[in-house]
Amino acid sequence: MKYIEPHAHMVSRTTDDYEKLALAGCEALCEPAFWAGFDRSSADGFYDYFRQLTEYEPKRAAKYGIKHYSWLCINPKEADDPGFAREVMSLIPQFIDCPTVLGIGEIGLNKNTRNELAIFEEHVQLALDHDLPVLIHTPHLEDKLKGTRLILDSLASFSALDRGKVIIDHVEEHTIARVLDAGYWAGMTLYPESKCTPNRAIDMLEIYGTERLWMNSACDWGHSDPLAVPRCALEMKRRKHTAEQIDRIVYQNPRRFLSQSPKFVR
Amino acid sequence: MPSKQELLDLQFIDARHMLINLAAFLDRIDRHPGEDDYRFAALKTAIPILLADRPDRAAAVLESFSDHSTELPQTAPFQGATGATLPLIPPSE
Repeated sequence: MKYIEPHAHMVSRTTDDYEKLALAGCEALCEPAFWAGFDRSSADGFYDYFRQLTEYEPKRAAKYGIKHYSWLCINPKEADDPGFAREVMSLIPQFIDCPTVLGIGEIGLNKNTRNELAIFEEHVQLALDHDLPVLIHTPHLEDKLKGTRLILDSLASFSALDRGKVIIDHVEEHTIARVLDAGYWAGMTLYPESKCTPNRAIDMLEIYGTERLWMNSACDWGHSDPLAVPRCALEMKRRKHTAEQIDRIVYQNPRRFLSQSPKFVR
Repeated sequence: MPSKQELLDLQFIDARHMLINLAAFLDRIDRHPGEDDYRFAALKTAIPILLADRPDRAAAVLESFSDHSTELPQTAPFQGATGATLPLIPPSE
């Protein structure tokens, strides 16, 4: 089975994980910029991180025949200091034309503050200015519902935004309908403890259909599984989903969304 | 789509396992010394939803753990999330 892993934080994973992904059929993966598990002490830390995403990781992935793409931003957890966030954002334009940078992400909210929201909106404007797709992180656990509402309200104020070029990630049962009803793509993240289990993600596929949905592992430095997508595909098979249905959600849908960037090689 | 019987064959043992784990967690918290907190209260609030006759129990449980406030603080008091909404701390006098 071939598939695309549309959200993985490979800087936190070993080279052995690249091999496992390749053995499982992963043809391409996307790495949104995110929090490293600690706050960087300067914008220079982000400069090095953006180089890692755009130069080093594509080479590491290529050794296993996997195409590596990235999304750039300052993540919501470190965006609560607007001065620092703007300093980091000023670095992004010099990386935007890199051949594997697809868009702006994963932007969003963390604790639903005014500072985070201001930086989120500046990122959306940056994406609009460069005609780039947007990948949005919704907050964790108890903050997700409020954060998703705030993000949707904020996006509604951008009249020039093509909603089909925006994916709102980490949806769960209490947020998915709002995202899809507003015309955006939705991502379901498969985590061992938080976010979705494979069976819950499959429930949502059965209820909401597969038109604008993808699944990802969002594997990072925390408790996560880089093979979550193929494991979910196996669970879909156990629940009598057809090979075509599985292919659509793990390969065709991410390909369709990501192909909105001309840099994504189909 | 599998039938109810097929789903029970496939997933009943797993659901049973999760329920017993939850029951044992409640017993464990009760048995151990000290005070519980807002997270345990949130769990007890959510559990009755499991027995409600409705098609969206998962969404309802998630909503019950969610922050329903509408105010936006300027900055975050801390970075993480605990899984249940922190009770409001009354302003100090």
